[in-house]
Amino acid sequence: MPLLEAAGIKKIFGKLTALDGAALTVGENEFHGLIGPNGSGKSTLMKCIAGAEVPTQGKVSFLNADITAFTPTERARAGMSLKFQITSVLPTLTLYDNILLALQAQSSLFDLVFSRTRRLLHDQVMTMLTQFRLADRAFDAAAALSHGQQQWLEIAMALAGKPKLLLLDEPTGGMSLEERRVTGELLQPIKQHCSLVIVEHDLDFIRDICDRLTVLDQGKVLASGTVSEIQANKSVQEIYLRRA
Amino acid sequence: MLKSMSVVREAIADDEADDAMAERVAAGQAKEQVETGRRVLPIVEGVVLVAALFAPLVLQDYLTVFATRVIILALFALSFDLVWGYAGIMSFGQALFFGSAGYGVALLARDLDITNIFLVLPAGTIIGLTFALLLGGFLLLGRHPSSVIFVSLGTLTGSYAADRLARGWYYLGGQNGIPSIAPMTIGGYEFLEGPPFYYLVLGILVVVYLLCRFLVRSQFGLALAGLRENEQRIAFFGYKAQHLKAIIFAIGGAIAGLAGSLYAFHEGFVWPNMVGVVVSTQVVLYVLFGGSGTLIGAVIGTVIVEGVSFWLSDNYRDIWPIILGLLLLLVILFRPLGLISLVSGERERVGSFGAAAKETEKEKRNAAP
Repeated sequence: MPLLEAAGIKKIFGKLTALDGAALTVGENEFHGLIGPNGSGKSTLMKCIAGAEVPTQGKVSFLNADITAFTPTERARAGMSLKFQITSVLPTLTLYDNILLALQAQSSLFDLVFSRTRRLLHDQVMTMLTQFRLADRAFDAAAALSHGQQQWLEIAMALAGKPKLLLLDEPTGGMSLEERRVTGELLQPIKQHCSLVIVEHDLDFIRDICDRLTVLDQGKVLASGTVSEIQANKSVQEIYLRRA
Repeated sequence: MLKSMSVVREAIADDEADDAMAERVAAGQAKEQVETGRRVLPIVEGVVLVAALFAPLVLQDYLTVFATRVIILALFALSFDLVWGYAGIMSFGQALFFGSAGYGVALLARDLDITNIFLVLPAGTIIGLTFALLLGGFLLLGRHPSSVIFVSLGTLTGSYAADRLARGWYYLGGQNGIPSIAPMTIGGYEFLEGPPFYYLVLGILVVVYLLCRFLVRSQFGLALAGLRENEQRIAFFGYKAQHLKAIIFAIGGAIAGLAGSLYAFHEGFVWPNMVGVVVSTQVVLYVLFGGSGTLIGAVIGTVIVEGVSFWLSDNYRDIWPIILGLLLLLVILFRPLGLISLVSGERERVGSFGAAAKETEKEKRNAAP
């Protein structure tokens, strides 16, 4: 049984058909790459899955439930998490508070008002910061971080709610080579408890980290399969050659 | 091949050096802010409290009456600061809750002879809370997050409508409002204008202030900070962002209601302006002037705006509103974060919610060899 199944997704903005029957299936503990040329509908498909856009047609199922009409909050509570393309850490808050904010999202109102989970979550906050190599900056404002570090903080925040599925929209955008390598390392351990859908331009990065790939072109699925299958696929090579 | 690799390596090394530099600079700034900013607000709070405690001893009687009114308005300003400064909800109709509670307790006193402080103050608070729940529920709890413009226009309209309603409704006294409200009582004692009333409202302000302080520094306060900074982001974490907004809006309404009932009994009458746009705007000015997002900023803003208008209207009878307007404009232009930003930095205003955790981390690090 797949963890996530999106089928027949159509999304029309005015006269533009961004998605025309796209589909995506992700199994448990699978890292799935979503690639395709600019304007092929990757980000739109991601948004339809995350709940930032409502598809014009089609169905998204997650853990056997139809979540097509769920709000982002409901999706988050069902175990889905999203890292935005543009970093949206909360810049004036400290790193510690950014993570705590993400961790406490599902505490009850009573617990929040009386700060009953603050001590409980402390170790988790520090563990996450350590895991993402940010522990010594814990009490600096997030705005003071480098771009790459903000991306890591953002991934840590997206993972804080222990999601079953994490959606990453261009995690390595604007990163240096070294930062890309570290990002790959940081993502590996989460495979034990979480699946990943990742939209990315850097094909080397995606080849290193993903188990399966789906290629979109003009709002449709061009091919879907393991990394080696996709690499051997003639039509995929063609669209990438065409663009290059 | 080798050459290109070494170029890459150099580039990486350069990047790292730059990063390290930026980190050092940033860390230095943060440290400076922590060191200079950390203790400023509690000092300001202490100074204001001491000044407030001794004010009636040095002020003439008529000034004590004025100071009492200012403290009640400061309580009202706190309610707006919670809603706008902490949760980012632009309530342009905060007077609706202030004034409707004022009218409510005035009616209790006029028609039912209820003036007992233990009945009228809770009643006023509940009136403010109820109105805020109704309006907030309507404006904030839609399927999609409501925009700042929608909320500000919605609250403004609510306040304006209440003003018109009060003016036109005979039962509420029409244009004249409800005059000569009986004094608030506790047993046989009557609270008249003067030092006892002053210390009563000061006591209430301190208690409410401490409750607000507790709230905004709790984990709930952290959620509010997230709400203010990026509502969409925290919804993706799984927060029920709109519920949080409605809750803080209702709390703000309750505090405004408490302030409004005190105001009604202190002035001895209520009139339509009290629910209307004028008073709604006034409270926005207090908070922007003093510094939204800090509780003490709201209090200081009220004291200064009211104090300056009092003094100006005494000394420049004809042109004082113009001078006041210019003064407000200057502050909002050059100190958008309010007067409090002269003494306290951004870091302190936002606060650190893991502050207690920071201490334990330090101890751990010091304990480790």
